Amino acid sequence: MKVVFQRPTALTERQTHYCPGCTHGIIHRLVAEAIDELGVLDKAVGVASVGCSVLAYEYFNCDMQQAAHGRAPAVATGIKRVHPNNIVFTYQGDGDLASIGMAEIVHAAARGEKITVIFVNNAIYGMTGGQMAPTTLVGQKTTTSPYGRQAEHCGYPVRISELLATLQGAAYVTRVSVHDVPNIRKAKRAILKAFEVQQKGLGFSIVEVISTCPTNWGMTPLEALKWAKENMLEYYPLGEFRTPEEVK
Amino acid sequence: MAKQLMKGNEAIGEAAIRAGCRYFFGYPITPQNEVPEYMARRLPEVGGVFLQAESEVSAINMVYGAAGAGARVMTSSSSPGISLKQEGISYIAGSELPCVIINIIRGGPGLGGIQPAQSDYFQATKGGGHGDYRLFVFAPASVQEMVDLIMEAFDIADYYRNPVMVLGDGTLGQMMEPVEFKEPKKRDLPPKDWATTGAKGRKRNIINSLSLVAEQLEEHNWKLQKKYQHMKEHEQRWELYKCDDAELVLAAFGTTARIVKSVVNQLREQGIKAGLLRPITIFPFPDKAFAQLPDTVKAFLTVEMNTGQMVEDVRLAVNGKQPVHFFGRTGGIVPTPAEIIAKAKEIMGGVR
Amino acid sequence: MAEMIFAGFGGQGVMSMGMMLAYAGMLEGKNVSWIPSYGPEMRGGTANCAVVVTSDEIGSPFVTDPDVVVAMNLPSMDKFEPRLKKGGLLIYNSSLIEREGGRDDIEVIGIPANEIASELGNSRVANMVVMGALLAKTGVAKPESVKDALRKVLPAHRHDLLPVNEQAMERGAEYVSKDR
Ligand SMILES: Cc1ncc(C[n+]2csc(CCOP(=O)(O)OP(=O)(O)O)c2C)c(N)n1
Ligand code: SF4
Repeated sequence: MKVVFQRPTALTERQTHYCPGCTHGIIHRLVAEAIDELGVLDKAVGVASVGCSVLAYEYFNCDMQQAAHGRAPAVATGIKRVHPNNIVFTYQGDGDLASIGMAEIVHAAARGEKITVIFVNNAIYGMTGGQMAPTTLVGQKTTTSPYGRQAEHCGYPVRISELLATLQGAAYVTRVSVHDVPNIRKAKRAILKAFEVQQKGLGFSIVEVISTCPTNWGMTPLEALKWAKENMLEYYPLGEFRTPEEVK
Repeated sequence: MAKQLMKGNEAIGEAAIRAGCRYFFGYPITPQNEVPEYMARRLPEVGGVFLQAESEVSAINMVYGAAGAGARVMTSSSSPGISLKQEGISYIAGSELPCVIINIIRGGPGLGGIQPAQSDYFQATKGGGHGDYRLFVFAPASVQEMVDLIMEAFDIADYYRNPVMVLGDGTLGQMMEPVEFKEPKKRDLPPKDWATTGAKGRKRNIINSLSLVAEQLEEHNWKLQKKYQHMKEHEQRWELYKCDDAELVLAAFGTTARIVKSVVNQLREQGIKAGLLRPITIFPFPDKAFAQLPDTVKAFLTVEMNTGQMVEDVRLAVNGKQPVHFFGRTGGIVPTPAEIIAKAKEIMGGVR
Repeated sequence: MAEMIFAGFGGQGVMSMGMMLAYAGMLEGKNVSWIPSYGPEMRGGTANCAVVVTSDEIGSPFVTDPDVVVAMNLPSMDKFEPRLKKGGLLIYNSSLIEREGGRDDIEVIGIPANEIASELGNSRVANMVVMGALLAKTGVAKPESVKDALRKVLPAHRHDLLPVNEQAMERGAEYVSKDR
């Protein structure tokens, strides 16, 4: 019998703890497939952040470190400077990366740190139960914006890809989505490219992935995919914001 | 007013608002999320401001700014977040600003877990950040007591121009108990004429903790110490339960003290004369309570949800007069009455 | 004094069942406490709460050896049945749990809560069926107090749900009194 579909070797056999229909699982799989396809499992070192993906060290089948909330890019910097030939990546949520970890991500990018960042933007704090994130859309209700996010009170959501793309050290900056199959394919290609940028030593690479949180959005998984497509993509347009010549 | 059944974390928010707190700066972290969530809902209703900061570092510095500007302000977090706040807390203590800080402790170190713990006792009572400062620290044992103490905490903070910390743990934050909001005893508070409100018609005010002349910094330190000394003399609070004829005194604070209270009753049913000494302020530590204990006391047993922190203060207070034993569970495990009883019996030489 | 544990999976209403009982106890002037299990296991996993209702002062609000366990699903029954005090009461949801209690030093009552709730046309009141049974068996609070608590806890625009909740309690009470 021909095997047509199986678990990437870069994922452990551990069943994930993600809620049913959460797209964190898809993104894990894409990262793992990319590691497999590039054949870098024994060179990869991942950094798990603090958020729903805090247990990523249980799921990725490579060396992993767990970082304090927001500090994954600094931890990854430490690893990469010790082992420049390894493939080092972080996996971070929007609270982790765009709120408490804003300084670390901006400076890792500015330094052109040769790491790859997988940035999961689901417009909310999942792990802690649905509080407002820096990426929460204007008007969106969360437990700490119970009347809907008001721009005059707490400003506008942060577009991380656009922001980092202004930095010269950020070699590859792209935003993708996993709300349907064609986009999942594109997301996979983006992650592959980001790792290639790192392999070629071209600088910092980040893939922002528009993701869902059915649990804290209060939706079914299908409704959540639809909501992401209809509401998030307008504010967070997909596409490459910076791409080095070498991988174009 | 009729009693309400309230979750500890929400009661914290309501108590602060009733005490005149109109500014709250925080950042989500389990198991205290209901505090910022409650404030996000309630503060706009009373004309206050709730702001979710981008981090705990930022939240505590917003508190610094608001306190320096003369407001009643509060922040809350849980252990990892409180660690991040330590730099700011040191600046607040150094600049002598009043504020209230809530720590709903979870198991550590590092990211640890989210279940209840008391492992931040040292951090809370010995300063916590850099420099020689102390917080005024309350350790309530019930939702009602937490409400009463928080309502008072704002006055105490203003009175001493010192940050007040209220320690809870995951259980106290998450549990529901009936509460009543009673007016606390008011203190005579001096006007906040030091606040940065704009120097119209007066000489300008500066909020600062920098002091480059060593002699002046030393003097400032002695001034702070005098304040702490005053707290030690006038503010110690504790509860003694069934200590009048006790042979074994169990010392415990917060949630653990409630388990120990049940243990004391069970021990007495089994013929062991046990009592409970429960510190309510843990800075200042109630060493005066120990002077009130009867001569019948043969030994102490400190019970904590950590590996032994308050026991050091108990040892200092007992000063070698009787042996001080320790029993603790940690990492988020709550000690059971049975295991505390077993330890007590071991100390007292078995069942009599 | 009653120390109780309510357990089931998220969505079965075990947390609100416990809360309602604590509320009712408070309305009767008793001392009460309610402690939830909390943490990531709440997502889809099992949830439980510990409730104490007593006329004495509550020392420990933790319940290590309960007088009463309400188990709405099998994992909860497996976990909490062994902890029951001798002579304690186990009420389980026989719509979802096939095995019977495994101890002979406790009283065990199975009640088809989901079936009864469906008969009433609202599958979500299974918890209140069990509540009715619990009150009838233990007298820990008066049904009227729980009904008052419901009225206070449910927001006004959901008060149309009061009758079906009250019916559910009555059916639960009937079930345990006719069967035994
Ligand atoms: C210093 C510190 N502050 C706060 C927290 C609590 N905390 C855990 S996860 C999280 C946010 C998670 O949101 P996000 O990064 O968007 O990831 P998601 O859960 O949505 O995947 C927070 C605030 C913590 N662990 N440490
Ligand atoms: S809480 Fe949201 S982000 Fe976290 S696992 Fe569940 S659905 Fe995913």
